[in-house]
Amino acid sequence: MAANRVSYTLDSTLETVNNAEETAGRMAAEAGFDEEEIMKISMAVREAAVNAVLHGNAYDPNKKVTLAFERTVHDLVIVIRDQGKGLDVSRIPDPLSPDNLMKTSGRGIFLIRSFMDVVEIHPSQTGTELRMTKHVHGNPADSKEAPQ
Amino acid sequence: MSMKSSTRQVDGVTIVDLSGRITLGEGSVVLRDTVRDLLSKGQKKILLNLGEVNYIDSSGIGELVSAFTTAKNQGGELKLLNLTKKVHDLLQITKLYTVFDVKDDEAGAVKSFG
Repeated sequence: MAANRVSYTLDSTLETVNNAEETAGRMAAEAGFDEEEIMKISMAVREAAVNAVLHGNAYDPNKKVTLAFERTVHDLVIVIRDQGKGLDVSRIPDPLSPDNLMKTSGRGIFLIRSFMDVVEIHPSQTGTELRMTKHVHGNPADSKEAPQ
Repeated sequence: MSMKSSTRQVDGVTIVDLSGRITLGEGSVVLRDTVRDLLSKGQKKILLNLGEVNYIDSSGIGELVSAFTTAKNQGGELKLLNLTKKVHDLLQITKLYTVFDVKDDEAGAVKSFG
């Protein structure tokens, strides 16, 4: 199967967050997604980039964020990797729980899961890899949450 | 585009007209500073007009929650006006739509303040 892949190595800055969002929007448009889907994809990438820059690398200038887009016939796959201590998936709060509803943070991963078809989080001691997939033709039957 | 904010007074209510993006960084800071400044001046009836806000991220959502809570804790009221579809959908997804007092008519919104 033919695939087009492009990847970027980015600094741990706020500018990276904005660049990642813009690049995702452009990639999604080129993949043929409609305006609403483009917004969802670019927002998911923005949230993932925020996590990588802030929570993963903690703005450390010596740590980089890698962002990769892979376009296949059926999917747009986006992978963001940081060099932090590794996200503790078990500690990701449910922002819809009454106890958390009025908290001012903790919605990023939830929004990513809401906007993408498949989301996988792979933490390790050398960083976290977040892999998210959007089906090009948006077949709901294909939609599922990947096991973590 | 970054966020712009301007305020006006209508019948004792401070209407904050916001435009642009409420996102991590400048947009969130502008919103936070604006609301805190109003509350410090005793202007506790605040209507955030989001009609020209075309984008908001999770940080921006958090800032709206913070503004709402801060106003409430200081005996004030903060309501939202003219949500765009994107912001409306985000508040629905995050179950915050029913937490906020959301209005779509400015005159009616102003009258609704106690």
